[in-house]
Amino acid sequence: MNPCCDVPVFEAPQPSADSALHTVVLIGPPNAGKSTLFNRLTGLRQKVANYPGVTVEQRKGLMSGVGRDDLTLIDLPGVYSLNPSSEDARVAVNVLRGKMPGTPRPDAILLVLDSVHLTRQLMLAAPVLALGLPTLVLLNMSDLMASRGGSIDPLKLARELGAPVAQISAARGTGLDAVPLFLNRCSLPAGAQRAAEQKLILPVLGNAASTHSWAAQVSRKTGYRAPLSAEGSRKLDNILLHRVWGPLLFLAVVIGVFEVVFAIGQPLSDGFGEILARAGDLVRPFLPAGWLQSLVLDGIWKGISSILVFLPQILLLFLFIGILEDSGYLARAALIADRVMRTVGLNGKAFIPLLSAYACAVPAIMATRTIENKRDRFATILVTPFMTCSARLPVYILLIAAFVPNTTYLHGFVGLRAMTMLGLYVAGFVAAMTTAHLLKSSILKSSETPFILELPQYRRPTLRALSMRLVDRARIFIRQAGTVILAVTIALWILAHLPIIHTAAGTWTAPELAESLIGRLGHLIEPAIAPLGFNWKIGIGLISSVLAREVMVSTMGTLYGADPSTQALNLQTALHHDMTLGGALALMIFFAFAMQCTSTMAVVRRETNSWKWPALQFGYMLALAYAAAFVVNHLVMAFHG
Amino acid sequence: MSVLSELNVGETGVVIALDLPDSVQNHLMHMGFVPDALVTALRRAPAGDPTVYSVDGLEIALRRDTAGAIRVRGAEADLLHDQKKRREKIEAAR
Repeated sequence: MNPCCDVPVFEAPQPSADSALHTVVLIGPPNAGKSTLFNRLTGLRQKVANYPGVTVEQRKGLMSGVGRDDLTLIDLPGVYSLNPSSEDARVAVNVLRGKMPGTPRPDAILLVLDSVHLTRQLMLAAPVLALGLPTLVLLNMSDLMASRGGSIDPLKLARELGAPVAQISAARGTGLDAVPLFLNRCSLPAGAQRAAEQKLILPVLGNAASTHSWAAQVSRKTGYRAPLSAEGSRKLDNILLHRVWGPLLFLAVVIGVFEVVFAIGQPLSDGFGEILARAGDLVRPFLPAGWLQSLVLDGIWKGISSILVFLPQILLLFLFIGILEDSGYLARAALIADRVMRTVGLNGKAFIPLLSAYACAVPAIMATRTIENKRDRFATILVTPFMTCSARLPVYILLIAAFVPNTTYLHGFVGLRAMTMLGLYVAGFVAAMTTAHLLKSSILKSSETPFILELPQYRRPTLRALSMRLVDRARIFIRQAGTVILAVTIALWILAHLPIIHTAAGTWTAPELAESLIGRLGHLIEPAIAPLGFNWKIGIGLISSVLAREVMVSTMGTLYGADPSTQALNLQTALHHDMTLGGALALMIFFAFAMQCTSTMAVVRRETNSWKWPALQFGYMLALAYAAAFVVNHLVMAFHG
Repeated sequence: MSVLSELNVGETGVVIALDLPDSVQNHLMHMGFVPDALVTALRRAPAGDPTVYSVDGLEIALRRDTAGAIRVRGAEADLLHDQKKRREKIEAAR
């Protein structure tokens, strides 16, 4: 079937350089498969940025496979209507009207609708068509529709809407020929385009009831037959949302994710670390011994690879969260978690970002965008960094290995080390929940907002979408390692080697660590951290870890490596000699609560559009971390002598 | 006349009106909760609340207090009958 049978067929015209078509926008309701289509139409040639002044993400990319490579496709946020009630919808309206600074007025619109719920989805068609821009209506998920016995006459629909209609499946990539056909037709001089034959009858825009009856009328006239609801999804929900099995499976899923991330991810990370270390050794002979070798290998490469080793674990965690999200289970998890989240004043939708925060707070904070209420959203953003992210792991692992004896109880089933680790995770979670409750009953108090959650049909996650996520994630992570962490390691190395001393023998040499610039800085803050049981070296680690928590480990490595008295020892033993048990436990609890991550602060600033919130968050978390570390250190000293 | 939250699981009601703030009402209407729409209570979350409602072929979870602001009347037998017949027709067509 020719999806564009309603329009006269042109010989695909050679696009002229001065063609009027430059910017195409993609719009559709949430869950209509817009992002899948966007990925199909742009491949990997896309950029993600924020619209100026708002917290809505802008995704744009150059279209590929449409016969020209100068067309920009903009993916608008998923919206149900163009009523500017939410920030997403305001952005969509402004982009469509050409009023968004920095974004050109679109020349054509691709409207994506889910054919399974067409009647309701057509409600968006009315305000979009009223804009009067060339519009192609894409009925997505046509494969699902056909297999479940639904049907529609696209010809009749095109006549009713006065716009070409094509049936596609973005997931399978079928029917997409209609897009270049439509775009090439838009590229023609205006005179060649066929004027609409009949007046388009649209409902009273902005009135939901009128729009709904218009949509119902249109779908009736075009012989739309909704497919049967998916019995499969309902049957699965009978189990996954079962009163008893539901919560149990939910717990099993959460625990299972952790199990796998540790059980499979840890050896992967270890192996990866080994490879990175060997790569460094391979390069060593090619660098002249001396300061350059020391800077490149002991400074830069060591610093960067201490971060890169976490890549396998982080990607694994993102893979699982991606599978849970794409399959539709995460929405069920939000439903199950709603009751618990409500007791602290949040709703079930906050559960999704909090779960992904176990990987990293940065994407988690971006995931709070699904929470409609601004105050709820801010509260979630503010407590997210308490969740134990993967960057805390190396610090915990190092300190636990150095200080907690490897004793087991109950015939080896419960290990003291594992319990310590679990305790730190629980401490973070409890801090997050308590803080959320505090915020929601004080500065972020709001009337209880309705919880409206759409449960999508279960779907099989596609390999394509999952790998796209992982590539994206890996790219961001590596960029971070190549910029922030690179800069920190170089700065640290330099500070640890200055000022250069003129020795009696007439040569220049680096100072003792305690005498170096960084050593002096550490001594400067020592009085402030001594009550927590930290010495000046830990102080340097704390300062450097403000940039990113995992930097602590590489900093400690560099510092103890540079000190002749501890040079021969491995890092664990060196720490064991240099710290008390109280100090070590205090350091762990400090890391559980403190906000040591500039990336998180930057993303909080971006999402809240103000420095006030990240500043408040930093201060609050630092105060809590200091107080908790103080208490822990003194308690241990009192009981342990 | 009653409200949506009073529907037992498995029961169907017809929406009369939404007594909610404009923005919430608008959001719900675009999800299918419009006057005369048929809404079925499908299941309760394991904790007893929220409840999943089926409207317009879509499954939407609402908390009790939100559903309590949506006025419904019992679905007349003929409406249900209509739906059943239509379903049978679709089955037959397959």
